[in-house]
Amino acid sequence: MTSSASEEVRVLAPNGVLGSGFLEESFEKGLAQKPHFIGCDAGSTDPGPSHLGSGEPAFPREAVRRDLRLMLLGARRLKIPLIIGSTGTAGGDPHLAWGYEILKEIAVAENLQFKVALIHSEQGKAYLKKRLAEGRIKPLDPAPEFNEKVIERSSHIVGMMGAEPFQRALQAGADVILAGRASDTAIFASFAELHGIPSGIAWHAAKILECGAAAVVNRKSPDCMFAWLRKDHFVVEPPNPEYHCTPQSVASHSLYENSDPYKLVECSGTLDLTNSRYEALNDRSVRVTGSTFAPAARYTVKLEGAELAGYQSIVIGSVRDPFIIRQIDDWTTRLIERLHARVKQVYGDRMKPDQYVLNIRIYGKNGTMGPLEPVKEIRSHELCLLIEVTAPSQEIASSIAGIARHQGLHLPIPEWSGLITALACPYNPAHLDRGAVYRFNVNHIVEPDDAYEMFPTEYFAIDGATQRKLPQ
Amino acid sequence: MTPLGELARLIRSKNAGPFELTFDIMFEDSATYERVKQSGMVNREAVASRYGLPADKVKFFWCDPACAIKASIPRPYIQGDLLDSDGHGGQQYAPLMDIQIP
Repeated sequence: MTSSASEEVRVLAPNGVLGSGFLEESFEKGLAQKPHFIGCDAGSTDPGPSHLGSGEPAFPREAVRRDLRLMLLGARRLKIPLIIGSTGTAGGDPHLAWGYEILKEIAVAENLQFKVALIHSEQGKAYLKKRLAEGRIKPLDPAPEFNEKVIERSSHIVGMMGAEPFQRALQAGADVILAGRASDTAIFASFAELHGIPSGIAWHAAKILECGAAAVVNRKSPDCMFAWLRKDHFVVEPPNPEYHCTPQSVASHSLYENSDPYKLVECSGTLDLTNSRYEALNDRSVRVTGSTFAPAARYTVKLEGAELAGYQSIVIGSVRDPFIIRQIDDWTTRLIERLHARVKQVYGDRMKPDQYVLNIRIYGKNGTMGPLEPVKEIRSHELCLLIEVTAPSQEIASSIAGIARHQGLHLPIPEWSGLITALACPYNPAHLDRGAVYRFNVNHIVEPDDAYEMFPTEYFAIDGATQRKLPQ
Repeated sequence: MTPLGELARLIRSKNAGPFELTFDIMFEDSATYERVKQSGMVNREAVASRYGLPADKVKFFWCDPACAIKASIPRPYIQGDLLDSDGHGGQQYAPLMDIQIP
């Protein structure tokens, strides 16, 4: 780092999620402004628990490869670090391995030489059980029950790393950091804090940068953001000349996906935006001052975990008969009762009601909002029913869905005498097998001894097609 | 009286992590924002009643620099759980749109 960088840290954020795309022209404009590093978030819980549970990333491999290639080539051309957090959506070991494979492919294709740090965030079950027994795993609000059995059942549990593991890798000379699950902001704040930018500035700028161009007035498609971080303020400006930031657009961004727009809790403390001020520098860029960061009394790491909920099959069917529509709650309740009775007939004691879950969603009534739906009266002339079966195996789920199709098709109502056909099924076969389904199972924090113990790091020297593991 | 949905430039809902839902009500200019703020019709209690929750389950904020209101509630089901109906939490804001503002 040059001395000027201590006065100013320049950051290029190509987009908000690796694999979501950005314009090459914007990226080149960003590079021309001589960033000290490129940072990109590659994950989130937003795509849902199946990604953490199954090890499968949410974004397509080719889309991630396209973005990562451009970022890697840009970073190597300028000889600046490239920092990627939450690799492969969920940041577990299979996700990190997936990201590393793509990185190595690019290194071979482009004959690149660099030092890469892989920071793991997957948590061992023995470690979690030890910390749990010590009373050093504590619930956030709201939180599900978390105990040894939950740890045992989990497919993957990751810790959300703070800035420190990134900083250690940067100090070790890493050119590229591929990290497991990380706080989105830590990706950007790490470098800035390391180079003397005050924490309030570093973490607030990071909050804007981690979503790429999302803080512009009207983002039409994912694109880049650029920031200049200095001792008492930061400035953000989108490299794409068609976009602009206003004080309002930048202030608004602190609302996005947070439950509290003023206080953002990180591992090492809390970013406080209560006194942040936003000023237009010109018609495209905004200067932010006044943000503060209160260090935490105790360093904490948030956990994310997912476990198998079962295997699912669904039947989609619609109803047009006004007689059925006016008694739809009663009709679906009777259908569920019938299904349980028929499952008992077929499986006997081999499949008890607590081993599988039946659920019927009624679109046209409360399919979207469920218990939060304030409108109770149905005015639709047709309803869509989504009948779901979740069972311990796909075979059983599929069988029960087959039963559901037949029982639903002919479930009688008092208004008609004789055999009715009550469901319109658009697909054949009428049921769809959805495979394994997962659930999130933890919303807790760990109190580790230090910021690093949950995040072991490996270093490799990459030279085209060869990789050499380096000492820690 | 004007419905909130006609005064706001954007009303949206979204997950704030897998366990909370958050609502952003954003205005084009501070005059409209102040009109809503001064009306007293949008507050913690109004949001609570729209979602059938006790007021102490609702986080509620005025964000002057953003000309925006923010409220957050616990999710009825954890994101992606078997009974969850909205994985991204994106379609839960409709009950806020018809709050009437003088």
